[in-house]
Amino acid sequence: MERIHDPAALASICKQIRRHIITMTGAAKSGHPGGSLSAVEIVVTLYWDVMRHDPARPDWPDRDRFILSKGHAAPVLYAALAECGYTPKETLNTLRKLGSIYQGHPDKRFIPALEASTGSLGEGLSVGIGMALAARLDRKDYRTYVLLGDGEIQEGQIWEAAMFASFRKVDNLCAIVDYNKLQLDGFVKEILDLEPLADKWRAFGWHVIELDGHDIPALQKAFAEAASTKGKPTVIIAHTVKGKGVSFMENNPKYHGVAPTPEEVELALKELA
Amino acid sequence: MLTAARYEKKLGAATREAFGRTLVELGRENPDIVVGDADLTKSTMTTYFAREFPDRLFECGIAEANMVGIGAGLALAGKIPFVSSFSAFVMTKGFEQLRVLVAYPNVNLKVVGTHSGISIGEDGPSQMSVEEIALACALPNFVVLSPADEAATRWAVRWAAQHKGPVFIRTGRPKAPIVYNSDAHFEIGKAVELVPGTDVTIVATGLMVAEALLAAGQLEAEGISARVLDIHTIKPLDEDALERAARETGALVVAEEHLVDCGLGVRVAQALAKRCPAPAEFIGLTGYAESGSPDELLDKYGLRASNIAEAARRVLARKA
Repeated sequence: MERIHDPAALASICKQIRRHIITMTGAAKSGHPGGSLSAVEIVVTLYWDVMRHDPARPDWPDRDRFILSKGHAAPVLYAALAECGYTPKETLNTLRKLGSIYQGHPDKRFIPALEASTGSLGEGLSVGIGMALAARLDRKDYRTYVLLGDGEIQEGQIWEAAMFASFRKVDNLCAIVDYNKLQLDGFVKEILDLEPLADKWRAFGWHVIELDGHDIPALQKAFAEAASTKGKPTVIIAHTVKGKGVSFMENNPKYHGVAPTPEEVELALKELA
Repeated sequence: MLTAARYEKKLGAATREAFGRTLVELGRENPDIVVGDADLTKSTMTTYFAREFPDRLFECGIAEANMVGIGAGLALAGKIPFVSSFSAFVMTKGFEQLRVLVAYPNVNLKVVGTHSGISIGEDGPSQMSVEEIALACALPNFVVLSPADEAATRWAVRWAAQHKGPVFIRTGRPKAPIVYNSDAHFEIGKAVELVPGTDVTIVATGLMVAEALLAAGQLEAEGISARVLDIHTIKPLDEDALERAARETGALVVAEEHLVDCGLGVRVAQALAKRCPAPAEFIGLTGYAESGSPDELLDKYGLRASNIAEAARRVLARKA
């Protein structure tokens, strides 16, 4: 796909993706809008600027890989895949309905362009390592990106994977933590605090970049830095706002797993006009 | 085909050893064969592969969940990964990953569990896998293989490599009694009728196949004609062979080195209930074992030819 570097152009795609997230989850009457909205700039910067991929060839062996380890944020990925042209836009509102390709969590059986089926938290980083190792064996230069939730990294398997990736110098792998500070039961720092998070990743041997996850130029710079960092994997700790872009959803734990009502959809779309 | 009375128990290579050797052959034939192990290469025998193909052996350390995830990623990127550990660890600590990352999206990962059953011996119950047939069979899309000896294991590993889809292979620690010639022919999902018989059928898998052959010999001496079926493929199960056995012999004994409540026996019972109900007896474990030598344990926990023969007499008495 042709790359778009202009942050303003990327920002306008972000707005469109947010509108999809609102209408999809609104139509579904369930789903996870909050953690989808927090990841929009990350996903858009990857799909429209950073990653090498071709919607006409989802099985292109040299494509960069993206794994949504926080699978409940499926709406942001579905909206991006549809806007890129991998899947139909017209049926996005069938999200979570019987027979829809837009399943509750990413399901490779329905959308071959998905790199992995996810939904059980803590697993995606290991899968990303496997793909990165395969690239190394095949002497291919594709890169693998794994988007992690903040609550998700409470899972032990993440740290098994973190230890492995740095020890084996898997530098064609980049993890992003969507650090929106909220999880289902409340604030991350009250459920099971992750801090000091950057120190943890550093101690596990990773190159760490911390940034505002809604700052597109900062994300562009960070992905470039990750690609040029050799000998160790990179993690981008992206400080984000859960529900970003919709005033009444921002920082509101309610919208982790609750869809907007028809009235809320209307309000939200006005804000995203 | 063997004559029951003539079966002589001679030990061959352990099935884990056969797995390790076959993996090296496959590695030479196909550069896409890669291996994951969790700090047990010298026990699972992937050490042979590691020596010849160090770049294609991913030592994951003691982290089975991560190993299964990495295996899934390698498979999704076009490799043919075998991940291996003791059955007790890979199937339990890796189960959730096998469910979501492998079974459900039908990913081409091969899982080889070693040190299965109680015949691991002295290490005791924490290392003994007596539940993993149930776990593996619970996963849709998985083919579940349980080879009896070296030749059967060699076939199973080679079959798994060329099959597109997830496979679990159950192997054991001790030297395994030889059942097959090295050129024996197997077909996936087709039980092998090792001994013909008309009075009762002994359905066995893994290490219990040799015991079943010995039991058939003991029964033959009493004038009882026992058929012996080796179920090397536990899933998909050869329901045709079981139905034939039920129709032609009218009674069955199932023998496995696994918990009787959730292994081959219950699968056989389900198949019989569907196809041709017949009285059956079940030889297996009813709980956790303990430390001891493999032979002592097989004796104490009733996994011997004599136990099978006794069950055969019991089931014959129940025959209409």
